[in-house]
Amino acid sequence: MGIKSDTSFSLRKIINDKHVRGVVLQAMMLLLVALGLYWLVDNTLVNLDNQGKSLGFNFLQTTAGFQISQTFGTWLFDYEVGKSTYWEVYFIGIANTFLVAILGIIAATVIGFTMGIMRLSNNIVFKSFATTYIEILRNVPLLLQLFFWYFAVLRAMPGKREKFEIIPGVAGLNITGLYLPAPQPQGGFDLVLIAIALSALLVFGVRHYAGKRQDKTGEILPVFWLGVGIMVVIPGLVFLSLGSPLFWELPEFKETGSMLRRGYQPGLGMLIVPEMLAVWLALSLYTAAFIAEIVRGGILAVSKGQTEASYALGIRPNYTLRLVIIPQAMRVIIPPLTSQYLNITKNSSLAVAIAYPELVSVFAGTALNQVGKEIEMIFMMMMVYLTFSLVTAAFMNWYNSKVKLIER
Amino acid sequence: MIKRTILSAAVGIAMFATGANAATTLEAVKAKGFIQCGVSQGLPGFSNADDSGNWTGLDVEMCRAVAAAVFGDGSKVKFSPLSAKQRFTALSSGEVDILSRNTTWTMTRDTQLGLNFAGVNYYDGQGMMVPTALGVKSATELDGANICTNTGTTTELNITDYFRSNNMSFNLIAFEKADEVVAAYDAGRCDVYTTDRSGLAAQRGKLTNPDAHVVLPEIISKEPLGPVVRQGDDQWFNIVRWTLNALINAEEMGITQANAKARLKGTENPAIKRLLGGEGKFGEELGLSNDWALNAITAVGNYGESYERNVGPNTPLKLDRGVNALWSNGGILYAAPIR
Ligand SMILES: N[C@@H](CCC(=O)N[C@@H](CS)C(=O)NCC(=O)O)C(=O)O
Repeated sequence: MGIKSDTSFSLRKIINDKHVRGVVLQAMMLLLVALGLYWLVDNTLVNLDNQGKSLGFNFLQTTAGFQISQTFGTWLFDYEVGKSTYWEVYFIGIANTFLVAILGIIAATVIGFTMGIMRLSNNIVFKSFATTYIEILRNVPLLLQLFFWYFAVLRAMPGKREKFEIIPGVAGLNITGLYLPAPQPQGGFDLVLIAIALSALLVFGVRHYAGKRQDKTGEILPVFWLGVGIMVVIPGLVFLSLGSPLFWELPEFKETGSMLRRGYQPGLGMLIVPEMLAVWLALSLYTAAFIAEIVRGGILAVSKGQTEASYALGIRPNYTLRLVIIPQAMRVIIPPLTSQYLNITKNSSLAVAIAYPELVSVFAGTALNQVGKEIEMIFMMMMVYLTFSLVTAAFMNWYNSKVKLIER
Repeated sequence: MIKRTILSAAVGIAMFATGANAATTLEAVKAKGFIQCGVSQGLPGFSNADDSGNWTGLDVEMCRAVAAAVFGDGSKVKFSPLSAKQRFTALSSGEVDILSRNTTWTMTRDTQLGLNFAGVNYYDGQGMMVPTALGVKSATELDGANICTNTGTTTELNITDYFRSNNMSFNLIAFEKADEVVAAYDAGRCDVYTTDRSGLAAQRGKLTNPDAHVVLPEIISKEPLGPVVRQGDDQWFNIVRWTLNALINAEEMGITQANAKARLKGTENPAIKRLLGGEGKFGEELGLSNDWALNAITAVGNYGESYERNVGPNTPLKLDRGVNALWSNGGILYAAPIR
């Protein structure tokens, strides 16, 4: 009797046990998800089979039969029609996506911080300029801005057989793009690169030492200027002593010959195509408007008492902003800033609309249309964005943990 | 865009996973009461929507003819504008039932993309357009040119082949939408605009000054354009293929939109009776009613009428019948007989 009541008691106990119940529910959930997944995969395979299609990544070894617009990616991977494979096309897309993403992140940060601070300024002109900028750019869809910049810029440029010279003979501009000198490293240039790396290490050392010294003695070393000095002098001396192992290939402009051959000569100098410029411009200006608001919010979140206390200690406004306000505001700014950085990367895929060959355009577009491997290729594409997002998020988390309030 | 791509990919995968398994296309189409037809995003003469959303064009009428064959009513079609890049995924995922969008029949597309081409409704070839001011007379003078075109097309491949085999260099700038190609070419970003010749004729009107451009004499490829269906549904494939054959046969027999009904009553010619449902059970064999072809013809007219109305010499496109004339008139249009 006693035993019987004991078991029923423990059974009830098990059912009522929150922990056990949780595990059981979760196991059931997992089973359901697994079944659902199995059903999806099975059905997909059956349907693909019905259409005479198969899954597989062999297509990546096939050579691609289409030309890709001359860009960073095609240069980096030496793209050649009929020789390069779809695997290389994938990386060309990745390279082009990352290039605009990274350039966009840099430009948007600089413009965004400037605008955010300007909007808080007491100067009416600055303030209203920043306000207008933010309100307009934030509220017009990015795709429209992209078209605007692309076609506005195209229409404003001199034609293919004309040029606008920025530095005569060295750098110029027309509708086919921006032409700059291309650096051509000669033998021995590796040593210069090594010298740059070593100098950078040295600068870090000096900074560290200066910090220690300031803690001890209160003396402030001119770290910035010391750093600049090191970075210029050491690599500079190495460069000169090796006999300047860097050659600049200049763009060349021809005004005679057949009509099609006039204008900037292909393959000479460095070419930045207008599609790339427009994407970069649009992404940076658009995202900067959001970053500006994030920065403004962050600064406003730092209580006014901090400014007053700082002034009371006799710290000048400039330093108050740099040493007191911004470091505290950063804690508020960083999480939303991270998602803006991720947005830039994702939004760069709009570039397909104006023929910039980034990942979505060249791989999930052109290449997908030739080989028809939707599932594999979209999967590969999503992996890239996922990786980039995770890396960005990890970096920003690390940075966030560095700047967050250290409670003692 | 990325969100849309992922979304459509997800929807696509979901449809791969669930869609087509259930019923045949004909059953599904009958159940929903209309045909979903994939067309271009605006190519006058082939598939183009006016201000109030009415679609017209040769490719549009192909879909209307199939709708008339299935429902007896050519208006039971809904149109999905698709870019070249989106079209095959849209078809194979089940988003559309027919793709009728100046799509070239190639072996890769036929054998590797899980699609079937039901026939050819326009024999085309790729051409190139340049501003007259360039003074170029032949494509062989185009070394070093910047060339604008659409992504996801045969055009991209052909132009690359052409320049490679002629040892000429070029730079290709490929946009997703045709309108941006035209705008960029118009702004002077490219020296050359290349696409199917019919496409050049259709898009010319969108240029600021249409008369300041010439189409070069070279035709650098074969572009048989036609309606496409998913692989694996033979019944639906047959319906589309034979609707097209019926329109071409009708022209050959002199059956028009206006006279079709009268011809059925007034004839003893067995070929005409078979086509229009007066003899045999040809429609039933397709899963349709026996007046399927009569309905298709009364909805859009025979092939020749549809051609003249949309792309012929009296339209802005001014395309001569050329190879698209009947075989009996010096062209290569030759439909298998209905018997
Ligand atoms: N026939 C070629 C090219 C088809 C194509 O996309 N042509 C462009 C230029 S004519 C077009 O239809 N554009 C209209 C649009 O994108 O809506 C193919 O099947 O790949």
